[in-house]
Amino acid sequence: MDTNDSLRVASLWYSMHAISQQLSPTNGCSGIELLEVDTFDLHCFQSLTGTKFFVVCETGTQHMEALLKVIYELYMDYVLKNPFYEMEMPIRCELFDINLTTAIQKDRVALLGR
Amino acid sequence: MIGTGKIKQYANVLDKPLGKGKQEVSLSAFAFLFSELVQYNQTQVDNISELETRLEDAGYAVGARVLELLCHRDKGNRRETRLLGILSFVHSTVWKVLFGKVADSLEKGTEHEDEYMISEKELLVNRFISIPKDMGTFHCGAFVAGIVKGVLENAGFPAVVTAHFVPVEGQQRPRTTILIKFAEKVLRREARLG
Repeated sequence: MDTNDSLRVASLWYSMHAISQQLSPTNGCSGIELLEVDTFDLHCFQSLTGTKFFVVCETGTQHMEALLKVIYELYMDYVLKNPFYEMEMPIRCELFDINLTTAIQKDRVALLGR
Repeated sequence: MIGTGKIKQYANVLDKPLGKGKQEVSLSAFAFLFSELVQYNQTQVDNISELETRLEDAGYAVGARVLELLCHRDKGNRRETRLLGILSFVHSTVWKVLFGKVADSLEKGTEHEDEYMISEKELLVNRFISIPKDMGTFHCGAFVAGIVKGVLENAGFPAVVTAHFVPVEGQQRPRTTILIKFAEKVLRREARLG
């Protein structure tokens, strides 16, 4: 998946999230948190500022919310404190990528034992 | 107020004792401030070496003040006159006060007599910073190099100080080395002192 595809998916998700907030029958809805489909699950985490992080995983994967919170912390540390990152641009920070893969590997080992 | 005696009021602010100050500062706060410093200077310069010079100048100011403060607070107003003395002062005391730990190592250069290196696995200022590929050899550690230069120059040991990345096999991130090149007269004086 290249940058253009990522941007397309992200903008699609952003609109869906906003529409769901309006459509919700309950008051005070903050948008879609979990989307369950036959072939995959999509977990979404929204920060206080409205920045959304979503992860697409196999159906039934556990602990995705915790993973999303970890990713949020990594984003804050290695992207926002980086003077060379421009806001709203695709993230090209080496440290962020390294720590992200480490976090996902750790998660995979803990969950699946491999 | 319960338990406290009468607080002595000082007529002149210069008479107040120099306190130890808060020992800890939020790392995030410092990281954001440093990031803003780099971004601000980026808008003012045209090329990378100017950016490094600006960061070095900012560090120089810090170094000058840190020297005065530490000489008074930690060393009882003693002045270092020997090269190794001032280097170990920078390597341990200054690093301890600024970064909370002593520097990883202090080495003497093998090729030239006047070169010394302080190396560190990762500088605190660089902890959250990833340099983009098109910036080439730029090193935010120029700020720390400036601090070291400020300390050395104001202690009477003029030197040229630079920060470099040194790739290490087996590790993804390169080590950082602060290279200190002393001026001629420092070496002559050192030789005279024996």
